[in-house]
Amino acid sequence: MNDTIASIATSLGVGAISIIRVSGNEAIKIVNKLFKGHDLENVSSHTIHYGYIVNNKEIIDEVLVSVMRSPKTYTKEDVVEINCHGGIASTNKVLELLLLNGCRMAERGEFTKRAFLNGRIDLVEAEAVSDLINSETDIERRVALQGINGNLSKLIQEIRRDLLQLISNIEVNIDYPEYHDIYEVTVNDLKDKIPNIKAKLEKLVKDYEDTRMLYKGINVAIIGRPNVGKSSLLNKLLDSNKAIVTDIPGTTRDIVEGTVYLDGIKLNIIDTAGIRKTDDVVESIGVEKSIEVLGDANLVLLLLNNNEELTNDDKELINKTCNKTTIFVINKNDLETKLNLDNLNLEHVVSINTLDNQGIEVLKDKIKEVFNLDKINNNDFTYITNLRQITKIKESLNILIELIQEIEDGIELDILEMDLKEVWNTLGVITGESYDEELLDDLFKNFCVGK
Amino acid sequence: MQYDIIVVGGGHAGCEAALATSRLGHKTLLLTGNINNIADMPCNPSIGGPAKGILVREIDALGGEMGKNTDKSLLQLKMLNTKKGPAVRALRAQADKVTYSKNMIETLKNQDNLTILEGIVDDLIVENNKIVGIKLENGDIINSSIVILTTGTYLKADVLVGDKRTSSGPHGEKTAKNLSDNLRKLGITIQRLKTGTPPRIEKSTIDFSCLEVEPGDDVLRTFSYDSTPLYKLNEQLPCYLTYTNAKTHQLIMDNLEKSSMYGGYVTGIGPRYCPSIEDKVVKFKDKERHQLFLEPESIYYDDIYLQGFSTSMPHEIQEEMVHSLKGLEHAKILKYAYAIEYDAIDPIEMKPSLENKIIENLFTAGQINGTSGYEEAAAQGLIAGINASLKLQNKEPLILKRNEAYLGVLIDDLVTKGTNEPYRMLTSRAEYRLLLRHDNADIRLREYGYVVGLITDSVYEKFKNKLNDIEKLTNYLKSNKLTTKDNNILEKIDTTPILDGITYYDLLKRPSITLNDLNQVLELNLPYSMEVMEQVEISIKYEGYIKKALRDADRLKQLENIKIPVDFNYDSIQNIATEARQKFNKIRPTTLGQASRISGVNPSDIAVLSLFLKRYKND
Repeated sequence: MNDTIASIATSLGVGAISIIRVSGNEAIKIVNKLFKGHDLENVSSHTIHYGYIVNNKEIIDEVLVSVMRSPKTYTKEDVVEINCHGGIASTNKVLELLLLNGCRMAERGEFTKRAFLNGRIDLVEAEAVSDLINSETDIERRVALQGINGNLSKLIQEIRRDLLQLISNIEVNIDYPEYHDIYEVTVNDLKDKIPNIKAKLEKLVKDYEDTRMLYKGINVAIIGRPNVGKSSLLNKLLDSNKAIVTDIPGTTRDIVEGTVYLDGIKLNIIDTAGIRKTDDVVESIGVEKSIEVLGDANLVLLLLNNNEELTNDDKELINKTCNKTTIFVINKNDLETKLNLDNLNLEHVVSINTLDNQGIEVLKDKIKEVFNLDKINNNDFTYITNLRQITKIKESLNILIELIQEIEDGIELDILEMDLKEVWNTLGVITGESYDEELLDDLFKNFCVGK
Repeated sequence: MQYDIIVVGGGHAGCEAALATSRLGHKTLLLTGNINNIADMPCNPSIGGPAKGILVREIDALGGEMGKNTDKSLLQLKMLNTKKGPAVRALRAQADKVTYSKNMIETLKNQDNLTILEGIVDDLIVENNKIVGIKLENGDIINSSIVILTTGTYLKADVLVGDKRTSSGPHGEKTAKNLSDNLRKLGITIQRLKTGTPPRIEKSTIDFSCLEVEPGDDVLRTFSYDSTPLYKLNEQLPCYLTYTNAKTHQLIMDNLEKSSMYGGYVTGIGPRYCPSIEDKVVKFKDKERHQLFLEPESIYYDDIYLQGFSTSMPHEIQEEMVHSLKGLEHAKILKYAYAIEYDAIDPIEMKPSLENKIIENLFTAGQINGTSGYEEAAAQGLIAGINASLKLQNKEPLILKRNEAYLGVLIDDLVTKGTNEPYRMLTSRAEYRLLLRHDNADIRLREYGYVVGLITDSVYEKFKNKLNDIEKLTNYLKSNKLTTKDNNILEKIDTTPILDGITYYDLLKRPSITLNDLNQVLELNLPYSMEVMEQVEISIKYEGYIKKALRDADRLKQLENIKIPVDFNYDSIQNIATEARQKFNKIRPTTLGQASRISGVNPSDIAVLSLFLKRYKND
């Protein structure tokens, strides 16, 4: 169970230094076998040592080795980190030597798993760390860091405290009905307080949806009738980001043409049947095909021609996108304005010219505005980044919605209270808090009862 | 002398235990310090209340005595929480202390296989960690296969008043001075607990005219499923209310250091839910007054119990405190309040059967297990008695689950979480309270009582008939319909018209319609008892909630079904938190479900444990 694991902790090929992390009972012993320098088994904990990794006297790499002894380490086990300087090939060679000398290749996330199993971090933190490891962009990293700081935990705790107050008062009413001096909670109190708690949870869900978009990227569909400039816009977006166009592996590959980063925001351009492949085909894609791709899109860029009046096709597309977050991109703003959008009440409109770069900047800003991406720096925004947490929050929300209906139906308070308790417990699962003693403590701390 | 079973202590736990074992045919000895003190109520003169009242119903359903004995000794009876849902309703009786005790002694004396003897136990006689008998203070030795200790507050008891500490049980009774030390020598952990009781006031010196009256209900009821009401509605005695005031609080604050508690004379831990009046005043400084209840103790006594005013102040301060209360300005105190300290075992050292883990065939029940309350004690006494009998018969013990009974919650809490204050049963401790109702205790537990042998054939048959009626009525309601033609009838009972045919069953789901309404307005003349009607109505009205609770309970069952081997080595699991490992080693939970309820154990520990159990099974 506690074997020694190793893996490269930094992204291969990115940056000058690669770090190999080793964790487990034999971490120090194994690295020491390969290390030329101080005797690592006899150095103090949390010290760094200069030397070489050698294999049968052959120097593999010049390294700095950090030795951290259990328990004050990330995994609570002995941990050694090797800073390799020699690039990908020699880092790989060092790892290979470690594996030959008794380490096991760490599975994805295994360091964090050990940190969790050894009680170094709680579940919320563990999940945030795993998000951090997997995060690709700056924004994702920031989001992940927030998770560790326990912003979500704090918010959940706040909601649970509110609930607890209600619950313990109701329970005291049940267990001590003879005390006239104790405030008797009524259904009206629930009517007052539940919507507020519900709103807080709804905001969490909304934040989640927004955050999720940041993680997965915003699925963008570029649509418009033929020859309106779709491929020019796409190429412009791709041109300005050529180096980081990537294929998304797995199931999404079929629908996503490529991913583009705009200031750390990931845009997944939905493939509208090979937009990128040939200009001819792209521009011949009709309205029908455009409508088909709308389903998967979080953002629709609907192109309209500034130089022509609205056609019936345009109108149909405008109609079809009315339920979608849509930016109306008026192309060819260098030409005479013949397009008239008055009376259409369109919320997000930008005017660009796909031939120059300025327009792209304007569009970028617009996208940020539409998705409220600036609030990512704002503490008011709570980041929920994983499925387990959001599932529990949605479960709680559903119970509250039922509860509100039950209040209308005239169900007795003590029955309603069981739902409150369930919400309280469900939310407690997120932060990993146990409940029974907490409730009794609150009950007897706040109410003066008993012979 | 040789008995099958010796029950040590004649309190509420001891009575139930002794009755259960002797009724099940075992030669039983009930040992008590004072025969006249059997089934004494040294604290409040009431039985039942929220959660506790349901315990009494469960005792009754299993074939215990407390419900029946209360029905014979009523001063007042009340159904509590009637404005709330059925899950939290509970009966509370003011019981006559004198009659209650007399009636119980009568029952015990008439019981076959049961001998009652006065004596104080000094030591257990144990061979190879197995009980062989007991040794009395006078040196006598009595042999038995099983011993059930129900010593209440009498283990090394000290009564505390102000700075005075007297070695004594309640009412100046003899205390068992050596038994707890001898238990410790056997390897059993002993803890010190504390509780208290308020002063008793002479009835004729109280001015009741200025106090609020709390009368009994105007409906006749019984605690027991098998009793008929023996009291008259208009002869019930009322309770009264009064309140502390600024003067009382000032007196307490001025003399705080003189109380045993605040003067530092107490070492035991008292219960949070049973605070002394000193505690209330100190901890709730902002409260202008505290509610007090004046409860009659007996028609044979002139004592009034002043509930809410338990204190360990010296006598002269108690006088002043009592006189500061409205209506009690000239009151005469008949018995002063006192605190009492006593020894108890650590309930974690018990199996869920209430048998001790260290000494085989030693069972414990009641306050010795760290609980408080007559009902909690009686409930454990009954289970200890039943399981002692099952042990002698080489049968599996009766272990009720948390979703089956408050009794299950009580014992599971004790053996899983332990307690460092006297444990009281509370509604909030029961996560499946909708299943554990006052009204369905028989449906939940009678079958167990019958199988064990405490429910007679005729009583069982009556119960089976009730179940049968419930089924018949339910089917009837499901198979008969109202049509839109009947909307004028619905109007009469003030409910919205229907647009389509609807069964009586579905119509009853409307919160505003009762089965009684339907019975009357449709002239159904349903030939069923009130209990049957009530049962069916609750099942229909709360069907959704009950189903949900049952689903939750099923989930619990999955964890409960994963058994942990007795010899499981927790030290072989490295990735378990140290605290969890220590708790596992100490408590040795029998199932993964029990393990998950241990406080201080995290879900990750359970996840790891579960993995290892799977591996263990595969090896």
